[in-house]
Amino acid sequence: MSARTLAASPGLSDGDVARIRVDFPILLERPHGKPLVFLDSAASSQKPLQVIGAMDDYYRRYHANIHRGVYHISELATEAYEEARRKVARFIGAASAAECIFVRNATEGLNLVAFAWGRRNVRRGDAIVVTEMEHHSNLVPWQVLAQETGAALRFVPVDDSGLLDLTQLDTLLDGAKIFAFTAVSNTLGTVNDVALLAARARAAGAISVVDACQAVPRMPVDVQAWGCDFASFSGHKMLGPTGIGVLWGRLELLDAMPPFMTGGGMINVVRLQSSTYADVPARFEAGTPAIAEAIGLGAAVDYLEAVGMDAIHAYELALTRIALDRLAEVSAVKIYGPPFEHRTGVISMTVGDIHAHDLATILDSEGVCVRAGHHCNQPLMEKLDVPATTRASFYLYNTAPEIDVLIRGIEKAKGIFGIA
Amino acid sequence: MNDFGGVDDLYRDFILDHYRHPRNAGTLENPDATFEDNNPLCGDRIRMDVRIAGDRIDDVRFAGRGCAISQASASLLTEAVKGKTVAEVEQLSDEAVLENLGISISAVRLKCALLGIKVLKSALALKRG
Repeated sequence: MSARTLAASPGLSDGDVARIRVDFPILLERPHGKPLVFLDSAASSQKPLQVIGAMDDYYRRYHANIHRGVYHISELATEAYEEARRKVARFIGAASAAECIFVRNATEGLNLVAFAWGRRNVRRGDAIVVTEMEHHSNLVPWQVLAQETGAALRFVPVDDSGLLDLTQLDTLLDGAKIFAFTAVSNTLGTVNDVALLAARARAAGAISVVDACQAVPRMPVDVQAWGCDFASFSGHKMLGPTGIGVLWGRLELLDAMPPFMTGGGMINVVRLQSSTYADVPARFEAGTPAIAEAIGLGAAVDYLEAVGMDAIHAYELALTRIALDRLAEVSAVKIYGPPFEHRTGVISMTVGDIHAHDLATILDSEGVCVRAGHHCNQPLMEKLDVPATTRASFYLYNTAPEIDVLIRGIEKAKGIFGIA
Repeated sequence: MNDFGGVDDLYRDFILDHYRHPRNAGTLENPDATFEDNNPLCGDRIRMDVRIAGDRIDDVRFAGRGCAISQASASLLTEAVKGKTVAEVEQLSDEAVLENLGISISAVRLKCALLGIKVLKSALALKRG
């Protein structure tokens, strides 16, 4: 795979994708004797050999704890861990590597902000604003913060087309300390205008906290261009391993925050009665971190950059266009979410009155992996008035013929349930 | 894990029939025991109302929405427990419920298949207090 040829094209050619697929050994699996058609990357992406190999190499050749040992392989491990941080920082346009805190996942990053920034800065009478389209991970931490501080929790509504209704935004932001919102809806695929929302938050005197989980894997992201204050995302959705994620925050905010978790690795001087804390980012990385996973995430960033985020985004949109057009021709299929121009590669649907779990089970029998359920988004599902939807999501290793397999599976389900 | 290779085996005609035409559907006025619960994984929801005469289940009704497996399983369960003693139902094992269901259920769908019995037992436990 040549980074240059790929980056030069607006998307990915069939040949590019064929070469990419070779890097993903899991795509050779045959569940129920059928080729694996993995359409659930929005939940967790598959891993290329380069990521698996980087972690394997660390465990085989230079595993040691970091920031402690004075011996050679500990230095190698420390350097690889910090190099991964620099790669991530460059990848998202951070001002410095110190702004990138390694956490377990996006959920932990959001909890870190709610705990360390929120408990120090939010008081009774303040407001916390979130949107109706948030994943539970960007809702529940703010519910808890509101309950503990006595702050009010307000919601930016979602309109019938699946877009944020911003008509009352300035009223909602009046008196707000925090505006937390997602860059991309994990349920509807809606792409929000992060720069605009962050600017409105700033104008109202609130910090902006972005759930970047679905954005960082699938589109070019520059946190400084976004102009937000915090952004959190998971490694496992962007070709990296589970157990590693990133909280990015503006350095002056991170610098002023107390620790989230305490213990080894995050201290400066420890006395029996009290301690002083290390500088950012170490202050927020108590205990031995996920070293192999951070190195794996660094390899994932390398892979994504070699293919090119512009190309990945363009290709994913091309697949989404094909899927929306094909699904529109299938009777009884109802698609949720906004028009194509506001979307990325996440499609939520229902098929007649077939429950999402029944549809997913039948698709699974054809080797097709989709998400079924409420997508950790129960309030939005209640608003849409559906018990659950089936979600297909695309990534750089998916192909147009796989969409045909999806549609054949939907037709099979309609046959079983007697739907015309 | 159970490899239920053919979905035709899972979605047999009698399962789809119970799903489309649930037996003992609805609610009871002034039930002796009632409970409602959901399966947070998929949002399946089932309510069970029970009328008890002496020590026996005199009548049972269920209401809910969800997948074919959860709704058909609850429908079959209501047929199976009517006329049984409360003690018999309380001692009903998950295995017995699955056997009565008559299809092989994969591990991820077990919660769907067992939601009905879970709700029914909760209703009876609540009455016992």
